[in-house]
Amino acid sequence: MMVSAISSPPVSGGELLKEGRNLLMELSDRTTNKDPAKPVGAVMVVGGGIGGMQASLDLAESGFFVYLIDNSPTIGGVMSQLDKTFPTNDCAMCIMSPKLVGAGSHRNIRVITHAEVKEITGPPGSFEAAVVRRPRYIRADKCTGCGECAKHCPVTAIDSYNEGMSKRAAVYLRYPQAIPKIFLIDRDACIGCGLCERACLAGAVDYGDREIIEKISIGTVILAPGFEVFAAERRPEFGYGVFPNVMTSLEFERILSATGPHRSHLLRPSDGAIPERIAFIQCVGSRDVKCGNDYCSSVCCMYAVKEAIIAKEHVPFVKPTIFNMDIRAYGKGFDAYYERAKADYDVRFVKSMISKVREKQGTGNLLVTFLNEEGKPSEEEFDLVVLSLGMTTSKSVRDMAARLGVNLNRFGFCETETFTPLATSREGIYVCGAFQSPKDIPETVAQASGAAAAAAEMIASARGTLTTKKEYPPESEVKPEEEARIGVFICHCGINIGGVVNVPAVKEYASTLPNVVHADENLYTCSQDTQEKIKNAVKEHGLNRVIVASCSPRTHEPMFRETIREAGLNKFLFEMANIRDQCSWVHMHRKAEATEKAKLLVRMAVANARLNRSLSETEVPVVRRGLVIGGGVAGMTAALRLAEQGFEVFLVEKEDRLGGNLLNLHYTIEGGDVQAFLRELIDRVSHSSIHLLLNSLVVDFSGVRGNFTTGVMTAPAMVYQKIQHGIAILATGAEEEKPDGYLYGEDVRVLTQLELEDRLYKAGEDAANLKEVVMIQCVGSRNEKHPSCSRTCCATAVKNALKLKKLNPAMNIRILYRDVRTYGFLETYYTQARREGIIFVRYDPEESPEVKKEGETLLLSFEDKILKERMTLKPDLIVLSSASIPRENKELANLLKVPRTAEGFFLEAHMKLRPVDFASDGIYVAGSAHAPKLISESISQAYAAVARACTILSKENLLVGGIVAVVDGERCAACLTCVRVCPYEVPVVNVHGEAEIDIIKCKGCGTCAAECPARAIDLMHFTTGQLEAKVGALVGG
Amino acid sequence: MRLSYPSNVKVVKLPCTGRVDVLLILRAFESGVDGVYVAGCMEGECHFLRGNLRARRRVEYVKGLLEEVGLGGGRVEMFNMSASQGQLFAQFAREMTERIRSLGPSPVNKNVKREA
Repeated sequence: MMVSAISSPPVSGGELLKEGRNLLMELSDRTTNKDPAKPVGAVMVVGGGIGGMQASLDLAESGFFVYLIDNSPTIGGVMSQLDKTFPTNDCAMCIMSPKLVGAGSHRNIRVITHAEVKEITGPPGSFEAAVVRRPRYIRADKCTGCGECAKHCPVTAIDSYNEGMSKRAAVYLRYPQAIPKIFLIDRDACIGCGLCERACLAGAVDYGDREIIEKISIGTVILAPGFEVFAAERRPEFGYGVFPNVMTSLEFERILSATGPHRSHLLRPSDGAIPERIAFIQCVGSRDVKCGNDYCSSVCCMYAVKEAIIAKEHVPFVKPTIFNMDIRAYGKGFDAYYERAKADYDVRFVKSMISKVREKQGTGNLLVTFLNEEGKPSEEEFDLVVLSLGMTTSKSVRDMAARLGVNLNRFGFCETETFTPLATSREGIYVCGAFQSPKDIPETVAQASGAAAAAAEMIASARGTLTTKKEYPPESEVKPEEEARIGVFICHCGINIGGVVNVPAVKEYASTLPNVVHADENLYTCSQDTQEKIKNAVKEHGLNRVIVASCSPRTHEPMFRETIREAGLNKFLFEMANIRDQCSWVHMHRKAEATEKAKLLVRMAVANARLNRSLSETEVPVVRRGLVIGGGVAGMTAALRLAEQGFEVFLVEKEDRLGGNLLNLHYTIEGGDVQAFLRELIDRVSHSSIHLLLNSLVVDFSGVRGNFTTGVMTAPAMVYQKIQHGIAILATGAEEEKPDGYLYGEDVRVLTQLELEDRLYKAGEDAANLKEVVMIQCVGSRNEKHPSCSRTCCATAVKNALKLKKLNPAMNIRILYRDVRTYGFLETYYTQARREGIIFVRYDPEESPEVKKEGETLLLSFEDKILKERMTLKPDLIVLSSASIPRENKELANLLKVPRTAEGFFLEAHMKLRPVDFASDGIYVAGSAHAPKLISESISQAYAAVARACTILSKENLLVGGIVAVVDGERCAACLTCVRVCPYEVPVVNVHGEAEIDIIKCKGCGTCAAECPARAIDLMHFTTGQLEAKVGALVGG
Repeated sequence: MRLSYPSNVKVVKLPCTGRVDVLLILRAFESGVDGVYVAGCMEGECHFLRGNLRARRRVEYVKGLLEEVGLGGGRVEMFNMSASQGQLFAQFAREMTERIRSLGPSPVNKNVKREA
């Protein structure tokens, strides 16, 4: 075992195996904290799943250096194994891979995989972490990820990426898009034959690799280790591991995936037949007191619905049945998805308790025994059973928590408090994602950004002290009229290209093409020495265009652009021809054709490169101030957090006081004192950096990210002022809808949950007089007008019911519900409520409860499903769990040009991965304005919006330009076509009667260029001339 | 995924199918290609919101034009697929190649150096 520390003098490459290729030198320069009073401007993020990647990217973009540690050999986490994501059915890998590449290639993120944190010592703000890096046996600085080693490996090992349903070699990459794209040897499977060492032309195999302990100085830590699925064997009655056709939900996910064991063909394990009848059994390892998991895993209902829908899309005749207790579709857009599953995909939902699964002899089919809703035992036959496994924490994560001194709750998840949901029990260590409580992707991403903001706050004064900005040599000017001098570098990619395409012939051909002054071939064009070779060639041959014919620009273009920039050329003078992924790999049995095609692809690249122009990216200064609209818990938290990170903030509130919805709340379900929290928060908002504007409305808005101007009008004098700011956070909140029906407003004994809470707070002793209380859930939610679930009402009903019980234990309380959606650890309160005798009765929307009055007596009748008859009660109080609706925000949405959902909540840029961003850069959403939320969730989201905002505010300048649309004013006829077609509403017609496109706002899609009838608009780097030249080069010659 | 598809398919990279304009497709035919297809994101999943819907409209328009001039509308097509659906990409490449083969070489192509 070797010990090396970054603080010690530079260590040799052999000792310190680096994940990145250029990091070695820079890291040796990074020193430990010399002044303990000053925090260290670096954060360690533990766990490289979607949460860890998001937190890392936010921090790195805000001026902090990040060490991203992952236990697995690659980052990506569980999301990399998912096929699709609910409720949009987006492909998981497609939406995640930009984050993978972003985290993997960011110069201020160092990804350390196959490693774990051993201990963290020192004071918060100036921690020292010891990280154990396990040997990979493949040298990170040499491996190019070409995969030749795996092709030659004679071993077949079990592929854990496909949940053990397929095989891989002993030397492997976890999945094709893995970052870092560095193989490793599974020494348990390796037989030591040495074939890979001989096959590796890059010389990356190193059987002598050893474990290394590295000491790293950091300011703060974020724990994002994620979850492990429940071990299905712990519920033996379901027959997992015994009957081949009982599989886990993650295995089924892999079956559905295009990169899965059957390439997305839906086949069952026992006989490879297509399973027609598929049963999903919910809550396996969740909501289960017996196995100690009395919490809801929060995501299984939705992923089961998703898997059922996707299965149906793959094979239209499958009949999925989801056996459940409740369907917890509580998130944004989830209920609509659930309804669609029923209506459009014929997914059957059965309320039931499963007792066991047996195999029907000789068929491989399964008999599922269950108690139906009436309490009758039933049995049904299925071809395949999928167990919807819950989330747990793994032993290695629990062990790590113990080593780091971070408290866990009784279920083994990280302990956090209601009002500080991102802080662990140890100061300076923060948490996000499923380790904090079971949660889905968007909430993980939001919380990850939130944790990034929390982790940044303590070390804000050290911002920018450890991050580096690359210094480049001056760019040599390449005038458009200057003759192109093109250098073409053709890659063998080991034998990936060279084994199929005749590379020397392509090189010969390339040198005959017009303007090509230099052509060369390389074994690996991406290797470090080849970069030097390219740079030298630029100088030696006076190249002003560079073409690399190799792999995909998606993965390698940034690196080559960097190389030519280092050689003094504008990065847009680089061009790539993909002769591997689009040629040698896909035509590997037609070598002659592949060679011809490779020549043609090079010719197209040359035709295009001749017309490549230097594009300048200009710096525009950022106004380093924030604007927060809405003074509720989300708005106040956002303003305070921005201020604590050192930015000036304007906080605009419509009302004459701060507090928003919190003014109506008194206690949380966990017993937290809301008013005390609110008082403290308001107190802290009187901060020297926060300008509070009460009684104020936003009346106009203009500008772009980094530089907005907002007009605010303040009552009563109607004073108007203009505010300059770089970012805006919308936190306008939601409110309880005044219900319709159930005699609400006609009888004082019918009231809403908020009204009940207020009454209990003010006159709790009244409860002694109440004998019979009925609560009705989903009043105004989950209907045609308001299809979404209001998320918080189930927990609120349980909270208030428990409070009533406490005040008067003799009280009869019934909660009439459709699904009890006490997700996550809220489930424990639901269990407690039932234990305390609160009765839960399910109703169907077609048979809603009825309330009427006979004389002074309230009569409430409902259908009892177990007794199968209509019951009538005479309650003393009827409490309506009314919907959460957004506060008035339409005008604001129009002013800021941000979209809203049909129900009026603000609509984020992407449901899954950009939960607090709007599509327009620089504007963010937090709290219930996004969708109904609990206080802790609003707080997390407010922190998240701050982290996102800091990615802009922390920069002095923003780079704009590059691939953007440019207007030739002379040709513009001001026909408004561009104004109409631009998806981002960027073009405007200016005072000269010409279209004008703001390069700061333009995203470079080229739609306007394609539609402009006068051809007055062109998209830089994809100009009409270039595209036509490229197409022209396709034929002839 | 390395799924094989016919080598006569060549890709012209664009930031978004919204950049494909009618003239560009026509220019391709003018320079002698036998068929053009546009591969965009799934409808409703466009990275740039609606570029793929516009591209589809333009492809439909070009189809009409090609039909009118006698080249045949079948020589141009719009396909939607997500970035993970490599198998679909290969499948469309094969389908389109088959289709173009059955239509024969484009009469515009003066370069009579083609396979049977």
